[in-house]
Amino acid sequence: MKLRNPTGSIRRRLVVQLGLIAALLSVAFFLAIRVVAEGAATDTQDNILAASATSIAEAVYSDSGEVRLELPYSAITMLSTVSEDRVFYRVLVDGETLTGYDDLTLPQGRRGPAFGTFEYRGEDLRAVRVTRMLSVQDQPRQVEVVVGQTRLGLSAISSRITTNAVAIGTVFFLVATALSFFAAQNAMQPLDHLAQAVARRGPNDLRPVTAATPTELVPLVGGLNGFMGRLRQALTRSEDLITEAAHRVRTPLATVRTQAEVIHRQMKHPSNKKALREMIRAVDESSRSAGQLLDHAMVTFRSDQLETQSISAADLLRDVVDRLQPTAELKDIQVTLDLPPEPVTVQGDAILLQNAVRNVLDNAIKYSPVDSDIAVRLEADTQCRMAFIDQGRGFGQADLAQLTARFSRGSNVDDVVGSGLGLTIADDVARAHGGALEITSNTEGPGACVTLVLPLS
Amino acid sequence: MRHFGFAAFLSLLAVNANALELEESRNYPAEAASSELRILSTADVEVFEPIILAFQSENPGVAVQYDVASSAQVMRGLYEEGVSYDLALSSAMDLQIKLANDGLAQSYSSPATQRLPDWATWHDQVFAFTQEPTVLVISKAAFQNTPVPHSRSALIELLRTRPETFDGKVGTYDVRVSGAGYLFATQDSRNSENFWQLTEVMGRLNARLYCCSGQMIRDVADGTLAVAYNVLGSYAQSQLADNPGIEIVEMDDYVSVMLRSAVIPVTARSVTESGAMIDFLAGLSTRPDLAAQTGLPPVEKLRPDEAPERRPIRLGPGLLVFLDKMRRETFLRSWTSSMEQR
Repeated sequence: MKLRNPTGSIRRRLVVQLGLIAALLSVAFFLAIRVVAEGAATDTQDNILAASATSIAEAVYSDSGEVRLELPYSAITMLSTVSEDRVFYRVLVDGETLTGYDDLTLPQGRRGPAFGTFEYRGEDLRAVRVTRMLSVQDQPRQVEVVVGQTRLGLSAISSRITTNAVAIGTVFFLVATALSFFAAQNAMQPLDHLAQAVARRGPNDLRPVTAATPTELVPLVGGLNGFMGRLRQALTRSEDLITEAAHRVRTPLATVRTQAEVIHRQMKHPSNKKALREMIRAVDESSRSAGQLLDHAMVTFRSDQLETQSISAADLLRDVVDRLQPTAELKDIQVTLDLPPEPVTVQGDAILLQNAVRNVLDNAIKYSPVDSDIAVRLEADTQCRMAFIDQGRGFGQADLAQLTARFSRGSNVDDVVGSGLGLTIADDVARAHGGALEITSNTEGPGACVTLVLPLS
Repeated sequence: MRHFGFAAFLSLLAVNANALELEESRNYPAEAASSELRILSTADVEVFEPIILAFQSENPGVAVQYDVASSAQVMRGLYEEGVSYDLALSSAMDLQIKLANDGLAQSYSSPATQRLPDWATWHDQVFAFTQEPTVLVISKAAFQNTPVPHSRSALIELLRTRPETFDGKVGTYDVRVSGAGYLFATQDSRNSENFWQLTEVMGRLNARLYCCSGQMIRDVADGTLAVAYNVLGSYAQSQLADNPGIEIVEMDDYVSVMLRSAVIPVTARSVTESGAMIDFLAGLSTRPDLAAQTGLPPVEKLRPDEAPERRPIRLGPGLLVFLDKMRRETFLRSWTSSMEQR
C-alpha cells in the first residue's frame, strides 16, 4: 500500500544537510588555511627583514668621532635569495640620513622592530625599522635602520597557498560528502530493517514487532505494537462473536430441521409437503452458512499458530470425498478421485487443510447441475496440486481474483443460496501454508477448475 | 595654454637630452619607417652596428637612433635627468639593477625572455644578453722567459719576485673613474682573499691606472705595459687581430663574468620596439655570425661541468651594496691607500 502524501526522504534530507555542512566547513577550512598560511608567510618575510635590518644596524660603527657603516653584502642578498623583490634601505643617525634612500618612510612603533606596509615608488612595500644605540665619544647616538622589500615573493606564495587551499578544500568537501552519504545510509539501515520486517508480515499476522529497534523508533514501534494488540483483540472479539452467534443459530436450527423432517413424514398433502421441503432446504442453507462462518473464524484463528504435521494428500482427499459423498448423491453427482500411485506428502495443519478441501468440494457440489461429474485430481511435480473440476456454470465474467474476498460471490449465482465464504476459507488456508488457490474456468467444456496449491514437504 | 605647456615640456626634454654627454651618435633610418627605437648604450657604435643592422633586417619598419655614453652618463641621464630613451644597454650591471630596483624601468616578458637562464634576468626588467669574462692581458715580449701566471696568487708571486721587470708596467682600471673597474674590483674583493694583497703589490709597483679597456690593451700591445689586470675579454678579443703582441689569459681560480644587459626605461615611448629588440638580443645565441662580428659572447645556458671557475656576476639587489655611498667611500679609501702607498 502506498502512502498518498510522503513528505520527502529522510535519507535525502540527511545527505543534503550533511553536504551543506561539509561545504560550509570546506569554505571555513579554505579561509583558515589562507589566513594562517599568509600570516606565516608574512611572518617569514618580517623575520628576514628584521634579520637584515639588525645585521645592518650591527655593522654601524664609529671611527674617530664619525658614525660609519659598511653595508653588509649578506644583509641585502638575504632578501633576494628566493624572490626577485625590490629592496630599499635607509640608515639614520639621530634622525639624519646617513646613507640609503633618504625618502623612505619610517614604520612607526614603540618597542622592538616596528613593521609597516605602505606604498613606495609605485609598489607596496613591507618595511621594518630597527633601532640601536651607539656610543660615539661618550655621546649616545641613536641609529635607526629601515629595510623594505616589495611583496612579489609574498604574493607568489599567496597564490600558491590559495591554489593548494582550493584543492584541499575541494578534496575535503568531496570526502565529507561521500562520508555523509555513507553515514546517512548507515543511519537509515535500522529503519529499513524495521520497515521490511513489518512489510514482510502476512495479512493476518498481528503479533507484536520484535525486530531490533533503535531507541528513537521505540515509541513508534511501541505505538504500532499497541495498535496491533488492540486490533487483534478487536478481531478476536468479533470472531468470538461470530462463533458464538453461529453456534447459537446452528443448534436451534438442527432442532427445527429434525422437527420439520418428522412433520414432513406425517404430512400427506403434497403442497404442504413441498412447502416443508423448501423450509428444510432453507434451514440447511442457514446451517451451512453458520458452519462456514465458524470455519472461517477457526481458520483465521489457527492461521496465526499452525500445528503442522506430515499429511498424506491422498488420504485427505479420500476422507473429504467420502464425507461429502451423501451430499453429492442427493444431486446425483458422481465424484471421481484421480490419485497418483506414489504418496504425496505436505506439511500442514490437518484440520485447516481438511476444512479448505471440504469447502472447495462443497462449493463445487453446490454449483454443479444435477447428474453431473466432479473430478478431483491430485498431481505432484514441484508442488502439490489438488484440482477440483466441475461441469457447473463456471464463474462467468467475474473477476477471478475478487472471488476469494470475504462474502464475495460470482455474478451468476443469485439463484443459489451462499455465503461467499467458501473460497475465502480455502484461500486463507492455502496462504497460511505458503501456497495459493488458483481459480480458472474449465479448459475442457463448461464448468470451473479450482486448484489448491501447496508446497511439498 | 595647454599646448604651450606641452611644448614647454617637450623643449625641457630636449634640453635634458642635450645635457647628456654623448660620445657617439648614429642614426639608422629605415625605408618607410613606421616607428623609431632610440637606444642609449655604453657599447661603441662599431661594436654594436652589426646587431642593429641584423635587427633592422628582421624589423624593416624600425628606424634606430643609437647614442653612446659612458655608464655613469647613462645612469645620470636616466636616473636624475629623466631623459627619454626606449632602451638602455649597459655593461654596468649595478647601475642597471639600481634603475630597475628604484622603479625607473618597465617590466617586459615574452617567450624569448623566458628562455633566458634564471641568472640572466631580474624582476622581468633587466635582461642580460652577453656574458663577458674579465681576463689578464699580457705582452708576449715581456713574458718570453717568464712563466705565464694562471691564478691571482701566481700573479702576486710573480710581481713580488720580479719588481724590476714590472715596476710601472702593470695596468688596471682606476676604480674611482671607471664604473666597470669598480664593479670588477668589488666583485674581486668578495670572491678572493688575495684581492687586497694584489692591489697592494700593484700599488708598490706604481701601477698605471686607466679609465677604459681600450687604452689598456693598446698600451700592452706597444710595450708600455707588461700586464693588464681585469680587462674586459670581449674587447681584448676584438683587438687581438690588430695587436699580435698581446696574449689573453683567463684565470684558473675564478673569472668574473660581466653581463651586458638591457633595460626599458620608464620614459620609453616605443615600448613595442624595445620589446622586439630585447627579444632579438635574448636570441643572440642563435646567431653565431653576429657573435663573431661583434665579439660579444651571447648569454647561453652553462652546463655545471663547464668552466666552473666562470662566475657570472649575480643580477640582483646584492649589486646595490657597493653602490651605497658610504660603502663606496670606504672601499675607495681602502683601494686608494693600497694603490698609492707613498
